[in-house]
Amino acid sequence: MMPPVSVRGLDGAVVVTGACGRLGRRLARALHRQCRVIGLDRRPFPDRPRDVEHHELDLRSARARDVFASGVSAVVHLGVDHDLRANSADNHAINMTRMQKLFEYVEHFGIKKVVLLSSANVYGPRPDNPQFLTEDAPLLGAGPFSQIRDLVELDMGSQAYFWRLPEVATVILRPAHILGTVKNAPSNYLRLAVVPTLLGFDPMMQAVHQDDVVRAIMLALKPTARGIFNIAGPPPVPLSRVLELLERATVGVPHTMARLGVERLFKLRVTSFPAPELDFIRYVCMIDDARARRDLGYAPAHGLVSTLCAVDEERWLG
Amino acid sequence: MSEKTALARFTEAAYGRGLPLLRRVLDGAQRAADEVSQRLLGPDFETRFRVLADRYERLGGDPFGFDPEAVRRAALASSFFHRAYFRTDVYDVDRVPEGRVMLVANHSGQIPIDAAIIGCSLFFDANPPRITRAMVDKWTATLPFVSTFFSRMGQVVGLPENARRLLDMGELLLVFPEGMRGVSKPFEERYQLQEFGRGFMRLALETKTPIVPVGVIGAEEQYLSLGRISWAARAFGLPVFPFVPQMLLPGGQMPLPTKYRLFFGEPMFFEGDPDDAAAVADKVYLVREAVAHILRRGLAQRRSIFL
Repeated sequence: MMPPVSVRGLDGAVVVTGACGRLGRRLARALHRQCRVIGLDRRPFPDRPRDVEHHELDLRSARARDVFASGVSAVVHLGVDHDLRANSADNHAINMTRMQKLFEYVEHFGIKKVVLLSSANVYGPRPDNPQFLTEDAPLLGAGPFSQIRDLVELDMGSQAYFWRLPEVATVILRPAHILGTVKNAPSNYLRLAVVPTLLGFDPMMQAVHQDDVVRAIMLALKPTARGIFNIAGPPPVPLSRVLELLERATVGVPHTMARLGVERLFKLRVTSFPAPELDFIRYVCMIDDARARRDLGYAPAHGLVSTLCAVDEERWLG
Repeated sequence: MSEKTALARFTEAAYGRGLPLLRRVLDGAQRAADEVSQRLLGPDFETRFRVLADRYERLGGDPFGFDPEAVRRAALASSFFHRAYFRTDVYDVDRVPEGRVMLVANHSGQIPIDAAIIGCSLFFDANPPRITRAMVDKWTATLPFVSTFFSRMGQVVGLPENARRLLDMGELLLVFPEGMRGVSKPFEERYQLQEFGRGFMRLALETKTPIVPVGVIGAEEQYLSLGRISWAARAFGLPVFPFVPQMLLPGGQMPLPTKYRLFFGEPMFFEGDPDDAAAVADKVYLVREAVAHILRRGLAQRRSIFL
């Protein structure tokens, strides 16, 4: 096992937006023994550790400002809404306003560290992708998959603060598919009873354990860290190998049929996967995390099997 | 009662006479199949395979999806084409240096069988055996089965980032600088090198990689293309659609059994500024001339297309 990450450089509190999400809760648990943690989420956080302070607020509300007022030294922004069924215009406005408010408070209260969790999905799966995308690759994910637009814009918008607020050490993390108890598309996909694949397509896949993402966020809290970092997990394997290791029943579907079918099923609310997400099991979208390994000292603690099996962790607990 | 005896008699006959006969036939077929595969694969196939498998095991798996087990599965069919169907003659394959290297070859034959045969020669005839990483067109990544097959066989989408990563791993890269222009040439332009792309030279200069020019003779005549049909290419969404009359004949879908000859040239070493376009163009010209020279000499020696 790797030693736990220490965040001793921080003298003040860490505000975690979206603290009640699966990842936010894990981050709060990992952080609270080392520094003061303030959660910020519209949802309640019932099972939080006793020393975690929680505010049931939206980042956009006026009262959220007071949360940042008292001795905060870093903000971790996980509070991005991804509801594919909600009104996309509203969602977009919510996400953009939150980002704008966040950096407003950061500037006003002289907070020196912001960590934003983006995703490797912003690069988008494409047939002409290099096998491993570096942080300089263009963010083309929103082209065929418009629902990811918010995340791309958030990522790019935050990049503007590298020069708008040069005294703030802003970090943007772009992890590969996060696997674990989290409720995201790749974990949900691997939790399906029968996993559909596209007939004749078996792209190489990267995944990262949710706790490795938590460790990467903690490493990014180092005062010196700034910039954009890809975060990958164990070495990539073909999708078929992933499903073999998880012992899943699979069914191959021709890609043209799959597209039409998933489009219909999504409209009928039978599936939660929108059709453009099929490209993730058709083309490569993998990242090169050399920069994170070099500058953050990041290395995944979980191997392939333990990363994959993390999606089943809650299956037997209910 | 009589049914029982009939059944018993039948069973006895089946076990007593039929089964040994069947087993003899099956054993014979098995032996014949083994002998054929033994002859095609060569006696040292297992050792060759282990050399490769061990290399990628040490690397902790190939990040591009190459799978040595897929090579084992494809070996018999490939060696049939390499040794029996095209009866490839391989000259000077020992000139390919160890470590990272770039093979630059002429491209022809409508479908990239030439790449497969070069791959075969480096696996079956080179010592130690090597896996050939050819740079394939981006378009192939959109095709079901083809994309997966290419990836498992070690082929890689032709992008500079991918090529650089492979060279850093010490791999053997196969480049066709003529690209699609070369492979889909009509018959009248056979063995006339098309314009070379320059990306390979910039990469070779950046990574200080030796270049081995390779001449492939025989692939031009496997499919006789009379021209390209642009509307058919558009209609089917293909990059090019060659008009190959033999395809209309029964059995004509198979390539003609021409004799393949592969000539490996002396390794070439280049130095210089990869961003100096004029200097890069000059060096590309040298490589193109080297390939052209190999082709001229090979064609002059050739007595027959099929023998």
